[in-house]
Amino acid sequence: MYNNISRINIKNIIAVCIIWLSSILPNFSFSTVLRVGKEADFKTIKSAIKHAQNGDTVLISKAIYKEGNIVIDKPISIIGEDYPILDGEFEYEILSIKSNNVVIKKLQLQNSGRSSMNDLSAIKIYENKYVVIENNKLINNFFGIYLQYAKHCLVKNNTLTASQKEEYQSGNGIHCWKSDSLQIIGNRVYGHRDGIYFEFVTHTVIWRNIAHKNLRYGLHFMFSHKNAYFTNFFKDNGAGVAVMFTKEVVMMNNTFQENWGDAAYGVLFKELSDCYLSGNKFIRNTTGIFFEGSNRIVAEKNTFINNGWGMRLQANCIDNRIDKNNFLGNTYDISTNGFLTLNHFDANYWDKYEGYDLNKDNIGDVPFRPLSLFSVIVEKNSPAMLLYRSFMISLLDKSEKILPTLTPENFIDNNPRMTPYKL
Amino acid sequence: MIRVLKYVALDILKNKIIIAYTIMLALFAWSAFSLEDNESKGVLTVLNIVLLTVPLVSILFSTIYIYNSSEFIELLISNPVNRGMVWKALFIGLSLSMVTAYIVGVGIPLLLFANFATAIMMVATGIMLSMIFVSVAFLCSMFTRDKAKGIGVSIMLWLYFALLFDGIVLFLFFQFADYPIEKIVVILSALSPVDLSRILILLKLDVSAMLGFSGAIFQNYFGSNWGLVLSFALLGLWIAVPFAISLRKFKKKDL
Amino acid sequence: MIKIENITKHFGRFRALNNLSIELNKGECIALIGPNGCGKTTLIKSILGMVLPELGTIKFDGKSIKNDNEYRKHIGYMPQIGRYPENMTIGQVIEMIKGIRNHTNDLDTELYEKFEIEKMLNKKMRTLSGGTTQKVSAVLAFMFQSKVFILDEPTAGLDPISSEILKNKIIDAKNKGCLILITSHLLSELDDLVTQIVFMQEGKLILHENVEILKEKTGEATIAKSIIHLLKTQRA
Repeated sequence: MYNNISRINIKNIIAVCIIWLSSILPNFSFSTVLRVGKEADFKTIKSAIKHAQNGDTVLISKAIYKEGNIVIDKPISIIGEDYPILDGEFEYEILSIKSNNVVIKKLQLQNSGRSSMNDLSAIKIYENKYVVIENNKLINNFFGIYLQYAKHCLVKNNTLTASQKEEYQSGNGIHCWKSDSLQIIGNRVYGHRDGIYFEFVTHTVIWRNIAHKNLRYGLHFMFSHKNAYFTNFFKDNGAGVAVMFTKEVVMMNNTFQENWGDAAYGVLFKELSDCYLSGNKFIRNTTGIFFEGSNRIVAEKNTFINNGWGMRLQANCIDNRIDKNNFLGNTYDISTNGFLTLNHFDANYWDKYEGYDLNKDNIGDVPFRPLSLFSVIVEKNSPAMLLYRSFMISLLDKSEKILPTLTPENFIDNNPRMTPYKL
Repeated sequence: MIRVLKYVALDILKNKIIIAYTIMLALFAWSAFSLEDNESKGVLTVLNIVLLTVPLVSILFSTIYIYNSSEFIELLISNPVNRGMVWKALFIGLSLSMVTAYIVGVGIPLLLFANFATAIMMVATGIMLSMIFVSVAFLCSMFTRDKAKGIGVSIMLWLYFALLFDGIVLFLFFQFADYPIEKIVVILSALSPVDLSRILILLKLDVSAMLGFSGAIFQNYFGSNWGLVLSFALLGLWIAVPFAISLRKFKKKDL
Repeated sequence: MIKIENITKHFGRFRALNNLSIELNKGECIALIGPNGCGKTTLIKSILGMVLPELGTIKFDGKSIKNDNEYRKHIGYMPQIGRYPENMTIGQVIEMIKGIRNHTNDLDTELYEKFEIEKMLNKKMRTLSGGTTQKVSAVLAFMFQSKVFILDEPTAGLDPISSEILKNKIIDAKNKGCLILITSHLLSELDDLVTQIVFMQEGKLILHENVEILKEKTGEATIAKSIIHLLKTQRA
């Protein structure tokens, strides 16, 4: 039985390999290298592309090239030597990729045109597959890397920086629209409007990216189902991270840090459902996670440290599970605006827990109510924050903890941990 | 002035209550930092000392001391000494001893254990609060000749600043919840030195939360350099005004 | 030396001084007498600047004492009931007054020696008897070679020997040309001391007369009798 299965598998694998090789081999066997440079055969990139055959490589030596809009309409590789500079003179879309199987490597792309009408960008991929954009430097562009109707593309280890001051003058770093099965890996985005922006993007993995000091969101997605976010780092973005109207997202081991401001969130979850959050760290944000209209989300083994609000759960959130997380040094661990909560808290570590553990099973013997009365007051009447930590408020909070009257009865963790999890 | 100050200060510093106060503050502060598992909890304990104990002890001790030294004041006045000098010397002597007790008792552990910016802010506001409540005590003692009444007034004032004021503000919040009252609230907070100090400390202590919501408003008002200068100027006024009024009264007082 | 013009002082509704004018001159020893609550102590405290009258001026050596405190250098004051910081010792009190007066040279230590204060320098003020406190007050009043002495009931509570020492000291001062103002209920004690009598009632000055002239007028031998005589004739 076991042998049969493995035999079938091996057969399948061999078959796949043969198909793959047959598609790749022609490119390799007949490819030539076309050099671009002052002393090379081609003086301009455009002329080199024009003469290139499918599968050829255009090798660009270091210089500044101002050739307006360059269209790549055949499956070729464009590779820079020591980062040649392609300048868009604030007027053009620099690279327009209109073919499958294009590779762009080691270029420096700068000063793309600025237009909100047609979203000018440094690199734009139009309805193509298997495009690789790797190890490029993008400086001071409107949009950075723009993918529309793209599939199976890889965007890897690129650095994107922009320096606009205002949101409306600025485009997104990596912008994906109606795409599928992308890999966004190891990019750094700095100073754009949104670091990474997805709309109608599915089955995509986002891994090891860093987005910091972007004007609006570090990460922003809508209607982008079944994506996975691993080990990304979002720091000090104008409004943190906002994700909306999406199902079945997995976020693991990401860090959301120092997103400060009135409307800034570590993560804003608006109308999300069936998501899984694990191993994420929320550090020094005004609000760690803000849940609004979000259902069936499981958040476990996350760490919330030194946030203003660890988590804010609006009353329209149902059936979320908040288990086994660490809450440390937050001003408020949890707050909500409703009286009825249909969410579940279990086995979290709360540093504000003052109960005891007689049987030494590391679970507190008294349930913990993470919601403080004052957080409820502030939720309704935000200027009351002025009174925070005043003697009056401490008294109110203490009495509320003993005899809950205003805070929801079922907002409770029945198995609070005595010691923090090692996460 | 210096001569008068010397005798006044010596008399106060010899007072056993000041020494006991210093030791009590030190005990609270050190135990707060060594017993709590994380530093921020220790800071919170110390915050309560700054906001409650310091004003209470400052105002009570000063009021009682002023009443008890009426003979001393009389003796000084019958000699060729300026009345204003005597009163100022008393104020400086009392402030000096309260501030010294605070710095020795709370300031040192704060600077050792807490985050530096928070510690500096707490030391600064603690010093201001000590002096403010000494100043208010001077005013109390000018209201009435009767010692029991004077102490009663000072306790009422402390209660008002520590508890009632916040209650009134909270009440206003609920009454006017539908109006944009943030700015009024900011102005209102200047009416209580305890609240002003608390907000200044919070801006260092709970940075993350204070940057959200209306907290951001407070950050804008109090957190900027100008806000900081203004806040401390206000605290300065809380020292100067009650004392100036009491000085005027004292100069006209029959002993 | 001290000129008081039309001073009035109320304590609440009670009128302690009522448009009182008086002139006190050098070399005189003046007895300030009158029934309880007639305003004697208020007058003294007004001269010392401890009570501030609502109307009128007080001049010391021709200068108004308002907003001045330097004139008190020239006054030695002995209060009716000496009230001192309780926790201080006699030595500390004397040292402090010396320090505040900043009067270092030629201290008059006659009373200090005669009352044998040295033996009790370490006693706390609160442990002292009324008489001893009076002694301390007297020592302090006479220590600084003042030109004016204001003595409020100086001999009350003193034993006869100390009382005698103090009397002699007062006579000495008078002979040196100082102005001395004494209040006392014991009129008999004043006989051999005073040169002038000031009699007050209900805040008003009733009489300001030389002792000799007074005795002559009334035909009585002692001050006490003269005063009683005077009061009787006034009523009649």
